[in-house]
Amino acid sequence: MNSLLRHPLLAPALAIVAILVVGQAISPGFARFGALVDQLTIAAILAVVAAGQTIVILSGREGIDLSVGGVVSLGALVAGDLMAARDANVVFAIPAVVAIGFAIGVVNGVGVTLLRIPPLVVTLGTAGVIQGVLVLLTQGQTSGAAAPAVIKLVTQPLLFGLPGILYAWAAIGAALTLLLRRTRLGLELFAIGSNDVAARLSGVRVRVTRTLAYGLSGMFAALGGVLVLGYTGTVFIGVGDAYVLPSVIAVVIGGTRLAGGTGGYAGTMLGAVTLTLLQSVLITVNVPAFGRQVIFGLALLGFMLAYGRERRLRQ
Amino acid sequence: MIALRRVPWALPAALFLILAAINAILQPSFVKPAVVVSNLGTFLPLAIISVGQTYVILGGGIDLSLGAIVSLVNVVVVGVVEGMGASSWALTAGIAAGLGTGLACGTLNGVLLGVLRLQPIVTTFATSIVFGGLAIWVRPEAGGSLPDAYFEGYSGTVLGVFPVPVLILLAVLGSAALLSRTRFYTYLLATGGGLQAAFQTGLPVPRVKIASHVLAGLFAAVAALCVLGETAAGDPLMGQAFTLTSVSAVVLGCTSLSGGAGTVVGSVLGAIIIGLINNVIFFAKLPFVYQSMVQGLIILAALAGGVLVTRR
Repeated sequence: MNSLLRHPLLAPALAIVAILVVGQAISPGFARFGALVDQLTIAAILAVVAAGQTIVILSGREGIDLSVGGVVSLGALVAGDLMAARDANVVFAIPAVVAIGFAIGVVNGVGVTLLRIPPLVVTLGTAGVIQGVLVLLTQGQTSGAAAPAVIKLVTQPLLFGLPGILYAWAAIGAALTLLLRRTRLGLELFAIGSNDVAARLSGVRVRVTRTLAYGLSGMFAALGGVLVLGYTGTVFIGVGDAYVLPSVIAVVIGGTRLAGGTGGYAGTMLGAVTLTLLQSVLITVNVPAFGRQVIFGLALLGFMLAYGRERRLRQ
Repeated sequence: MIALRRVPWALPAALFLILAAINAILQPSFVKPAVVVSNLGTFLPLAIISVGQTYVILGGGIDLSLGAIVSLVNVVVVGVVEGMGASSWALTAGIAAGLGTGLACGTLNGVLLGVLRLQPIVTTFATSIVFGGLAIWVRPEAGGSLPDAYFEGYSGTVLGVFPVPVLILLAVLGSAALLSRTRFYTYLLATGGGLQAAFQTGLPVPRVKIASHVLAGLFAAVAALCVLGETAAGDPLMGQAFTLTSVSAVVLGCTSLSGGAGTVVGSVLGAIIIGLINNVIFFAKLPFVYQSMVQGLIILAALAGGVLVTRR
């Protein structure tokens, strides 16, 4: 019982239930099936981006990826151009976009590992470059459109009334949790996240593993871009900006420590759902826009107070 | 190389001289006093915010809410001045209200991070959402203006010789120099350099952290007043872009992101470097679509270079 109470997933799970109850009380129908499916779809996109963020944060050394916003935008843009609204193009469009994201992530990783630049600085820098590439690619106007299959995956029910994206998300969640807990790479990620030196002395290739973590983050961000494209149908340049810090917050709400080495993807999934529901319940409440924003900020602070505190200096 | 290590801001100073030289070649009027002053007026807000960000980063933190504080102060000042009927008394009250707002926001951040020990990145992002919401409450859309006297004052001179932006910069550097001689500053460096050690030595770590965030809020407020000197108009979103750029300026100034080592002068130079990069790209007559990418590449290279050279 005691271990259950201390379970890291308890807080976000309780928060989700609380938000659903409050939402249903304020606006009946908030927690009905159709509305929940919409919320989960939005949460799934954030959670895919936050999957990469989780891996990077777990890998330690103040790991963080601020370039995910740019990669989401770039992923959506390139995917739209390659697909050109034709299903046949999906087969090469998605692998190409994911490869681009991975490559950008590897650049971040090399900056962090070989050049030993703080992750915040490298990823902030590459985010600036990606912003420039976006302007160059679009020349100010976007073209391209999602393939119908991708739009269908994100917005149309596939099985039991749930859209395909939710099944894909569940598969990603299972695969990533297996990767983190059961494979060599996953265990090495936790090892370098909790103690770099000890990991190196035990034979972990620290630089390769950490570079891979950033590569995976870029990959997941690009995949998130494809899903955003499916959700909106078309793209605009700044579409990814809204994912940068929320992806970090989803990870933190999910109980992964920003210091690295502790946490997992299941928490991030719940964190993304919590964030999405919180924003949504505030929209149903009849308060003006500024009030929603203030309450949202205060709620985040509440979360931090509940379990985002750093350890005491006096031990 | 020895000299480089003795003057911590030697690298940004060198980069500044190179960029200034390139700028002078591309834009011959660059060295005219009027152009220098007008450039300084444009670069000043980022430079002042970066000074505040420096104190937070020196103490081992980071403040992602500074841009939102700039926005909030901006609309508070314009709101108070308009509400009081644009007299010179109203301007004084508006400026005081703006500084008070910056102080209050900084204190809130300081208490959350220093006393409650919340995680800096996520917490200051959360407070930035709150401050941004309050700014939208004060003024939902851009609009409203300050009396002409305000921006005429900012672009004018004192005693007919000393341009106001130059005096503000000197005042900021002067207060930074005074601060660097205080016990607080020593404590701040100790806290950023080793939190546990600072605590065990008996330093008042929570108070030091609060003070660093109060300073950051105050400098952000001063920066907002400078922005108003350029635009003289209310805008609840105008501060956003400053947040991450101020972090870049601090890193360009060779201040270590892990805390404990760095200088305010470096950050001011870092902010001016970012401004000069924009200038150079503009006057190099690059096709518009390439400008943003070239800017990103130069800043990335400069950030990486700054980190590599500072490493001991």
